[in-house]
Amino acid sequence: MEKKFLILQKNTQDKMREKATTLYIGPQHPGITGNMMVKVQVEGDTIVKARTEVGYLHRAFEKLQERRNWLQSFTLLCRFCVPEPDPVEESYARAVELLEGREVPERAKYIRVLMLELARIGSYMLWYGGQNGSLGLYTMGQWSVGDRNYILDLFEELTGGRVYHMYIWPGGVRRDLPEGFADKVLRTMDYLEKRLKDYDDLMFDNTIFQKRTQDVGIISKEKAVEWGVVGPVLRGSGIKSDIRIDDPYEVYDKLDFIVPTHEGGDIWSRALVRRQEIRQSIRIIRQVIEQMPSGEYFNRIPNPHKWALPKGDAYARTEATRGEVGMYIVSDGGVHPRRIHFRGAAYVHGITLLEDLLIGENVADISAIMNSLGTCPPEIER
Amino acid sequence: MSFFDLKGTLKPLTALKQFGKKPHTISYPKVSKEAADRYRGLHFNDLDECIGCGNCSTICQNAAIDMIHIEGYDGKKGDSGLRPRVDNGRCCWCALCVEVCPTGSLSLTKDYLYVSEDPDSFLWTPGKDNPEGKKQISFFSTEEVSLNMFDRVPMPELEGKERVKSFAEVVLGYNEAEARAEASRCISCGLCTEVCPEHMHIPEYINAIAAGNDKDAVRIIYDNNPLPEMCGKVCTRRCEDVCAIASRGEALAIRWLKRYATETAVTSEMTHEIVNPEIREANGKTVGIVGAGPSGLTAAYYLALRGYDVTIYEANAKAGGATMYGIPKYRLPIESLDKQIDYIQSIGVKINFNTKVGKDISFKEIYNIYDVVFMGVGFPDAWPLGVDGDDAEGSMQAFRFLYMINAGDKVDVGDKVVVVGGGNVAIDAARVSRRLGADVTILYRRRVQDMPADWEEIEGAEDEGVHIIPQGIPIKIHKDEKGHVKSVEYLKAEMVPDDKGGRPRPVAIEGSNTVLEATAVMAAIGQMGDYSFLEEEFTEKIKIERGRFVVNEKQQTGDPKVFAGGDAVNRTADAISAIADGFRACKAIDEMLSGK
Repeated sequence: MEKKFLILQKNTQDKMREKATTLYIGPQHPGITGNMMVKVQVEGDTIVKARTEVGYLHRAFEKLQERRNWLQSFTLLCRFCVPEPDPVEESYARAVELLEGREVPERAKYIRVLMLELARIGSYMLWYGGQNGSLGLYTMGQWSVGDRNYILDLFEELTGGRVYHMYIWPGGVRRDLPEGFADKVLRTMDYLEKRLKDYDDLMFDNTIFQKRTQDVGIISKEKAVEWGVVGPVLRGSGIKSDIRIDDPYEVYDKLDFIVPTHEGGDIWSRALVRRQEIRQSIRIIRQVIEQMPSGEYFNRIPNPHKWALPKGDAYARTEATRGEVGMYIVSDGGVHPRRIHFRGAAYVHGITLLEDLLIGENVADISAIMNSLGTCPPEIER
Repeated sequence: MSFFDLKGTLKPLTALKQFGKKPHTISYPKVSKEAADRYRGLHFNDLDECIGCGNCSTICQNAAIDMIHIEGYDGKKGDSGLRPRVDNGRCCWCALCVEVCPTGSLSLTKDYLYVSEDPDSFLWTPGKDNPEGKKQISFFSTEEVSLNMFDRVPMPELEGKERVKSFAEVVLGYNEAEARAEASRCISCGLCTEVCPEHMHIPEYINAIAAGNDKDAVRIIYDNNPLPEMCGKVCTRRCEDVCAIASRGEALAIRWLKRYATETAVTSEMTHEIVNPEIREANGKTVGIVGAGPSGLTAAYYLALRGYDVTIYEANAKAGGATMYGIPKYRLPIESLDKQIDYIQSIGVKINFNTKVGKDISFKEIYNIYDVVFMGVGFPDAWPLGVDGDDAEGSMQAFRFLYMINAGDKVDVGDKVVVVGGGNVAIDAARVSRRLGADVTILYRRRVQDMPADWEEIEGAEDEGVHIIPQGIPIKIHKDEKGHVKSVEYLKAEMVPDDKGGRPRPVAIEGSNTVLEATAVMAAIGQMGDYSFLEEEFTEKIKIERGRFVVNEKQQTGDPKVFAGGDAVNRTADAISAIADGFRACKAIDEMLSGK
């Protein structure tokens, strides 16, 4: 009888092994990254196979540009990534300027850097919420998303919009800084700097966070290079790479900041990199406010209905919180783009890398890993 | 790491210190957050300032704005009568509509809350549905930040001192770069097309010029105007008065752009090659036209294209009517007009010059020969001044004076010319007299700003040294012993506001008599028709009221076989209206004769 039971038990285990359970994670915002799905096969808690499924957010943005003029494009392109639209705006504006040979006033460049760095902090604040939320640590998210609102307030005052700013456009920026804005920015930076200490207590010093993130979702240095990983994820694997330093744009070459790296390659290292980058962004913003020259903020573009760009193509890349994003534009000499192609970090991180990275991981860590990679489904699909 | 990490367990508990702190959140709806000063919320439109150009609708990449007619609101003169309606379900508040609004009437407000179960209620007509929005305007465009290009590319011209030395053309014309730059300011709203009597396809040809397709522009222009180079030089251009850009800047130089495009075809052969007109096979029907002015030439050209056998009878040695004999050559050189008329003749229009209807051939004969007759006879006679002494030698009609000069005759005006009137004919006569070496004074009843003449012409005259005496009413011409003009006596006038809301009237001030020395006096106070060529049997059917033929909307007179157009029909008395008459008549004649 006992022998029979043992045989039965063994058969069941074999069957389970053959037919691993399939789980569908998503498509309803798995760990606040947006609408996509990860289909995983698990044996017990361990993932043996992962397939990403996207297609829930496709809006044909790139194709739509072919029916927009060069100005209209910029209001749609920023929608590639909800939490951080500004690097997309900036890369588009710069690509257009490169193709047209349009000069940008120095002040506009400083304002753009200010925008980009505010956006970086804002995006990381949201990441704080996502990363912790995916581990069940919800207090952190409430704090950081609440504090992010102070940055959104700044955006509202500067651009008129809180989330989609549509502020950096070809030729410069849309409006000059309002009166007293610089002081407000500095005050907000002082506040956030203080708050970072609270965040550390709640997050990095928290045993739960440490245990859930250390040695989870490891990307080795070699693998990171092989897979074309960029941004904080790459720096979390110990490779110092940042477009702001490697290929400086706007006025980054005039600013003093460092690019933090960590060797671990796990979620923990990537989190540390982001944490340190916030401090660097605050440092950059203070320098920008100090150095910003007076003068023009916009090199006026011609009548948008008749604004034709010369025939040719241009590529501009910007360091976003997800990593390098790039805008490739092609003009046939007309008033509409012939082609606009966007290179987003999330495509590599969120599809190809994720599928490979999840194998062998615990099913409970899927959201945490996705968040640590900066997966942004709207950017994947466009 | 030890199994139990005391620090890591206790640290998160420091969050408890946040107890009692003021939260980030506000308790809506008890407290609501006021939006920033630059907030991009719901739209507001100042309906009275708006001209309905639809530029907001064109730029909206979400197609969230459409232009609608608001019941009981017709808009001002020259605007489309339409106003933007925003679909707030589509709008993304990018505010590009605000940035491109030429009048600055459209703006965004601080208002950002709107909740309704009815999806149709998200369609808002800003300004009508939220009149209180005016107090909440937050995102707006000033002239500095607007994306409209308000400054016109200046037109190169001869210096005033140079001009008076000859009849050389004053306006030198845009070069290619200037034309492209000027054309690229256009926002293609089409208000100009609406107001143009001939409804020329203005945005289309300006687009072609901006894109560097001059030949396309010429083809588009010839679509409904066979004398475009003339219009490009001397049109009264009502289009520019309503240009959307003119709301806050300088109107597009529509006239100069047309001139640029047509001048790229240097000869009539080139025009023929570019336009490459499709001439239909002869249909055996014949049309006789009296007068080779703009209306007659237009009807002739488009009828000939449609396969009709067209013959024009012209009393003068040259075609063009008032554009040939009324407009001085420094504005419209003879070569330019000849080129256009050569082209019209090249497609098969026959013109019998020096053939005055009523003298060389009777109207009845023409009436009997042709299937249809079109009369574009214009206003060949001018009103006399009608004051004491205007029979003096040296007292003449400005229109007659211009005719003689343009026909190549010599006129002795002496060295002091007084022109009475404030229209384009007065200015033309004054500027021609300057070129004959005389000191010229214009005497006008009203103020300078009331002058019906083109402001550019008035400025041009002043540049050339013409003196303008406004508010002066001539009462007498004094003669010398030989019966020649010696001086003009006039009364000063004061402007009295009109009780009925009309423009202020000049009223002579008793006892303000002033005498102005003169060797010639020219009256430029209007022209009139001469219909003596019509036999009695026709004058019964073809009605003439207040000096003009009475026609229906098809330019048809009381005699269904007779059509009329030009100055002898319309009150605007300009070339483009005459062209429009000719074009309308052509369509009606074609309909009638082809039976379609």
